[in-house]
Amino acid sequence: MNGQLEIPQIPVGKAFAASVDWLTQNLGFAFDLIGGALGTAVGALADFLAAPVIAGLALVFGLLGLALRGPKVGAVAFAVALGAGYLAAITQVPPSLVLTLAFAVIGLALRGWKFGLFSLVAFGLIDAMGEWQAAMETLALVLVASLVAVILAIPIGIAAGRNDAISRVVRPVLDFLQTMPAFVYLIPAIFVFSVGVVPGVVATVVFSVAPGVRLTELGIRQVDHEVVEAGEAFGASPWKILRGIQLPLALPTIMAGVNQIIMLALSMVVIAGLVGGGGLGSAVYTAISTVDVAAGFEAGLAVVILAVYLDRLTAALTNRSAVVRAQAAASVN
Amino acid sequence: MSPHEVDGPECSAVTGVDVDVWCATRTTREPVPAVRAQKLYKLFGRRADEAVRLLEQGADREAVRKLGVTPAVIDASFEVEDGEIFVVMGLSGSGKSTLLRMLNGLLRPTSGEVHIDGTRLTGLSAKALRSLRQQKVSMVFQHFALLPHRTVGENAAYGLEVQRVPKAEREERARKALDLVGLGAWADHLPTQLSGGMRQRVGLARALAAGTDVLLMDEAFSALDPLIRREMQDQLLELQSRLGKTIVFITHDLNEAMRLGDRIAMMRDGRIVQIGTAEEILQDPANDYVAQFVQDVDRSRVLTASAVMEQPVAVVGARSGPRQALRSMREHQVGAAFVVDRERRLLGAVRDDATADALRRGEESLASLLDDHEVVTVSPDTLVADLLTPSAECPVPLAVVDDENRLLGVVPRATLLAALGNGGSAESRGGDVRGEDTRRSASAAPPPESSADLEPSSRGAQLATERSAVTEVDDVEEVKP
Repeated sequence: MNGQLEIPQIPVGKAFAASVDWLTQNLGFAFDLIGGALGTAVGALADFLAAPVIAGLALVFGLLGLALRGPKVGAVAFAVALGAGYLAAITQVPPSLVLTLAFAVIGLALRGWKFGLFSLVAFGLIDAMGEWQAAMETLALVLVASLVAVILAIPIGIAAGRNDAISRVVRPVLDFLQTMPAFVYLIPAIFVFSVGVVPGVVATVVFSVAPGVRLTELGIRQVDHEVVEAGEAFGASPWKILRGIQLPLALPTIMAGVNQIIMLALSMVVIAGLVGGGGLGSAVYTAISTVDVAAGFEAGLAVVILAVYLDRLTAALTNRSAVVRAQAAASVN
Repeated sequence: MSPHEVDGPECSAVTGVDVDVWCATRTTREPVPAVRAQKLYKLFGRRADEAVRLLEQGADREAVRKLGVTPAVIDASFEVEDGEIFVVMGLSGSGKSTLLRMLNGLLRPTSGEVHIDGTRLTGLSAKALRSLRQQKVSMVFQHFALLPHRTVGENAAYGLEVQRVPKAEREERARKALDLVGLGAWADHLPTQLSGGMRQRVGLARALAAGTDVLLMDEAFSALDPLIRREMQDQLLELQSRLGKTIVFITHDLNEAMRLGDRIAMMRDGRIVQIGTAEEILQDPANDYVAQFVQDVDRSRVLTASAVMEQPVAVVGARSGPRQALRSMREHQVGAAFVVDRERRLLGAVRDDATADALRRGEESLASLLDDHEVVTVSPDTLVADLLTPSAECPVPLAVVDDENRLLGVVPRATLLAALGNGGSAESRGGDVRGEDTRRSASAAPPPESSADLEPSSRGAQLATERSAVTEVDDVEEVKP
C-alpha cells in the first residue's frame, strides 16, 4: 500500500450475470415457452410473406375493406382478392410480385394513389435488388416484435397515465431501457434464448417498448381534464371513462407511440442480425465483414423502404381516428 | 321573467352573515333541501386534518399555511332549496370551484358533509356515488367538456348512455333536450363545427337530458363573449322558469351572479362571507370586502322598486276634502298627496296648487282633482332601470302598487337617484333633498307623532326613516309596505 485511498470495487456486472444465470436455471421453462412462441410466430409470418397463401391474403383484404368501408366492401375485397390470387397462381406470377401489388393496394386504400404508386415502385425495387427474401424475414421480425411491444407498452402506459405512483416507478425503468446501449441487450438475450431469431425479437422489444409507454402515458395525461371530469360527473365508471373518453382522445398520441415502436424496431433489426436474426440485418452484417459496399447499400436501402412504408401507413391509420377527423372537420368550417 | 320574482320568501328576512344560525332555523322548517353543505372544509396538504382542527379553533389562513397546508374551502355551510338558483360568487382562488366539486363528490371534503336530496353524499362508496350522480346531479363545465369525436346528439345523450338507457330512448330524450336549448337541428354535427355559445348549449342539453334535479354549473358562461353570455343567461332563466331545476351556479362575474341568483353566496379566501339575495347583498353588505365588491355593480339592473321605495308620506282617504289633503302635504312638506280608498287601493294623486284652488272654490271633495294628474304605478318587482323614464316624465313620485292596486310605497325622483349612487346607505339617502317633487326644503323635521308610529319594519322602510309618515286622516290607516 502506498497510502493511496483504495476505492472498493462493486461487482455490479457479476451480480447481474448471476441473476441472469439464476433466471435461466429456474425459469428456463418459461423462457423456452416465450422463445418457442416468438420463434414460431416470426417463422410463420416469414413463410407467409415468402409464399403467401391465397386465402390468407384474401382474408387480409377482406378485413381491410370491412374496417374502412363496412361489410359490403369487405366482402367484395375478399372476393376480388381471392379471384386475383387464383389467377396469379394459375399464371404462375411470382409471389414477390403478388405481394408487391398487395402492399401497393393497401397503400392506395389507406393513403391514396401517390402512396400506392410509391409502394409499387419501392417494393419492386427491393425485389429487383434481390433483397426480397431478406426484407420479408425482416418485416416478419419487425411486425412480431412491434406487436409484442405494443401489447406491453399500451397497458403499462395507460396505468402510468392514470396513476402517479405507477408513473414514478415506470419512468426510471424506461430511462434505463432507452439509454442502455442496444447491443448490451443481445448478450443476456443470447444467453437465455440462444442464437437465432428469438433473441433478436426480444432485444428489439426491450429496446422499442419505452417510447410506446411514454407516448401512451403522455396521451392519457394530455386528455382535457375537464372532459374526464365530465365523465365522472355523469357517473361513468373508470373503465367507461377509459374506453369512451381517454383512449379515443389519446389515440393520436398513442399511435405516434406505435409509430416510434415500429421505427425503433426497424433500427434494432440490423443489430439483431449480429445474433443470427437473419433477414436484412444479416445481409448488412455480412456486407460489413466482407467490406462489400454494394451489398451493404442495397440491404440498407431496403430497410429504409420498409421504414418509410410502415411509417406512412401508421400515420394514415392515425388520421383515420375519430378525433383527428373531428379536428379536420373543424378546420374546414 | 325576472329572477327576482322568485326571491325565496323564507330567506328574504336574512341579511346577516351568521350562516350557522340561519341553517339551524331553516332545518327545522324544511326537512329536505335539494342540496345541503354542512361545515365543509377542503384543505390540500399532508397535515390537512390537523389544519381543520386548528381552523375550527379559530386559527386563520396564514397559521394553517405554515403547516404546509393550502386551505381551499373553509367552513362552508348552506342549503339550496328545490327550484332555486344558488350562485356562488368569488374571484379566482376563492375556492368556489373546489366547493362545487365537493357537492357531487368529484372532490372529497377534508371535513364536513354534503347531502343531496336527503342522501348523505360524503362517505358513499365509489359505486354508490356514481349512481347518485347519474340520478341526482349533473354538471355543466366552463370549457364545455364535450367529446370532440362524438356528434352533438351523442354528446347530449352521454349521461343517459352512462345510465344504460336503451339507444332509441336516449336518442329521443337527447333530441328533446337539444330542442329545449334550440339546437334540435344540429344533432348530427360535431361539436367542433359549433360556436362557443352553441357548444355550451350542448353542455346544458347534456345535463338536462340526464334528467337530474340538481344542476351544477361551473363558470358555465365565463368562456363566452359578453353578448353571447347575456343571451345564455336569458336562456337559462327562461328554461329555469319552465323546468324548475335546482341550480348551483359558480361565477366570478358579479353582474351575472345578480342577474341569475335567487340567492348569492359571496366567497373570499375559501370562506363564505355572506349569503343573501342580490338586493340584500347590495343594500346590506356583510363587510367591507363585499361592499367594495358590489360598489361597481349596475344597481339599476339589480335593485327593484320594492327595495328603493319609501313609505308613502302624504296619503289621504277618498272621502277626505281638500283641506285635509293640504294639511297633510304641509305637515310632510311635500307637494302632492296620494289618494286611496278603504282597502288602500290607489285612486290617484292631488297636487298642492290644484288642491288649494279647489279649496278656494269651496269644493268639498277631491274627486274632481284626481283626473288632473296621472299617477304612474309600478309593481314592486320592476327593476330600477325601468323606473328611470317614467320617473323623469311624471311630476309626482312613482307609486308602487301590488297586484290589487294597493299602495305599497312611493319612489320619489331623488330616492331613485340616491339608490343608483355608489354609497347607497340609508343615511345618505335620507338626507337628500327631494327636488321639484316637493319644491320645499327637506331640512325640516317630520312631525314627531307620525315618525314614532313607524319603526322601520323592512328594508324599504329603513330607507325612508327620516321622512316616513302617513297622515292619519279619516279612515286611512298607516300604510306599510
